[in-house]
Amino acid sequence: MRKYLYVINIGIQSNLTYRFNYLARTLFSFIPLFAMVSLWRTVYAGGGQEHSGYDQAQIIFYYLLVAVVDVLTAVNEDDWQIAADIREGNISQFLLKPVDYLTYRLCLFVSGRLAYVAMAALPLALFIFCFRSNVAPPASTEAMLAFLISLVLTALLQFFTSYAMAMLAFWLLEISTFIFILFAFEYLASGHLFPLDMLPPTLQHILAFTPFPYQMYFPVSIYLGRMTGPALAGGLLIQLAWVAAAYLLARFMWHRGIKKYAAFGG
Amino acid sequence: MNLKRYLLLYVALWKNSVTREMSFKGNFLLWIVVELLWFGLQLSFVGVLFRQTQVVGTWNQWQMVMLVGASNFIQQVYQAFFLTNCTNLSELIRTGKMDFLLLLPVNTRFIVSLRQVDLGAFINALFGLCVMIYAAAKLQLHPGLLTVLGFGCLCFVGVLIHYSLMFMLAAIGFWTVRAQGIVWGYYNLFNIARMPDEAFHGVFKAMFTFALPVLLVSNVPVCLLADKLVSPAALLSLLALGLVWAAISEWFWRFSLRHYTSASS
Repeated sequence: MRKYLYVINIGIQSNLTYRFNYLARTLFSFIPLFAMVSLWRTVYAGGGQEHSGYDQAQIIFYYLLVAVVDVLTAVNEDDWQIAADIREGNISQFLLKPVDYLTYRLCLFVSGRLAYVAMAALPLALFIFCFRSNVAPPASTEAMLAFLISLVLTALLQFFTSYAMAMLAFWLLEISTFIFILFAFEYLASGHLFPLDMLPPTLQHILAFTPFPYQMYFPVSIYLGRMTGPALAGGLLIQLAWVAAAYLLARFMWHRGIKKYAAFGG
Repeated sequence: MNLKRYLLLYVALWKNSVTREMSFKGNFLLWIVVELLWFGLQLSFVGVLFRQTQVVGTWNQWQMVMLVGASNFIQQVYQAFFLTNCTNLSELIRTGKMDFLLLLPVNTRFIVSLRQVDLGAFINALFGLCVMIYAAAKLQLHPGLLTVLGFGCLCFVGVLIHYSLMFMLAAIGFWTVRAQGIVWGYYNLFNIARMPDEAFHGVFKAMFTFALPVLLVSNVPVCLLADKLVSPAALLSLLALGLVWAAISEWFWRFSLRHYTSASS
């Protein structure tokens, strides 16, 4: 177990090397966020106190929460790095060493997130401070707890999905298009662009059968108190099931891939 | 004579790009799909937005669709000619391949900016155009020839502005070596380009109207086409800012080129 702690440690250090890159990313990401908030303000200024059960403060807070959850759980460049490891033969060493590649990558993912949070926390906190009148506490203590649990599950789900996706590199030379296609679906169907309960009911029902809402929308709606009681408990179980499924898929893809794998060079 | 030589050169660059793209046909098609999906994403956002409201400021649904279509069109045309080249610039500097380009007996900015053509982007630009035409039909617009020509000119200026700005950002790579993060950051600005300028106020609006005029880039042409132009001021400021930024960008390019210290040996 200790060896993986070393991995996390090294991961944090190497990630902090790019701290200015992280900082620039965070600052730039405020521009579309602010634009989105302004757009919704204009909508509310045009009339209507509530849209789909969100008043103006709630919709602004929704986007702020999405930004927070994104910083905490999003896969940054892990999928690209994994694909590059496979393509360039770097994974050969993991076949020889007593280190499990998936656990190794998970450690790097965690350290990447920690480094990112360290760099993004201050500017993000400042940004949220500017919109403090819209910020609401979690709906209840119960909601806060469930939110934290769901946050961890969200991160795991994102990571295992990306990992499984990156395994395609065993078969294909160039997988960035697939990564972007998946990302597009995630962006829309996980609630990045708008709260999912704004969609027509039929679409909402269809989405409920996919893992996407559990990659963003689910934890956010727990925090906002829009998911309570049996729906919350059931949702957490479904999320857990999706994490397990993504994990198994990731493992399965690795085992299939490794049979196909032929390392070039030394 | 000189112009003819550059035209011939450009034709050769095109041939090169076609050959390159056609050697990865599957990938070529997939990139078109990727861009199309993101375009669809933006349109679906407009769809959801207008389930909630009738108007955003003074913009109705089909005017917004037109705005998204126009900004996609401008972005894709820009992407077709310049994007790959702008992002490659920092790589040219880092690896020292810039030496080779400096030695060629042509204008360096010409060869750096136009070396590769992204053919898939033309197809995506076409989708943008189709959406705009559909929206225009829904709005029952019947623009005259002059309006359409004006729209085309404004789009051209928009592409020029995107290019001037991003080329400058990429030229920062002469100092920081890894400027890809900065170039990526510009991508966020495309996000604002497809929003109605009425949504913004104060410092933010001033900044993205004058300092980085991305807000004007697609708003002004669509306003012209949809008869939303209140005064010619917006039109003139887009033209003026296009010229100003082209000049600044050229000056900055010459200035930063002097800071080039080759990477090798």
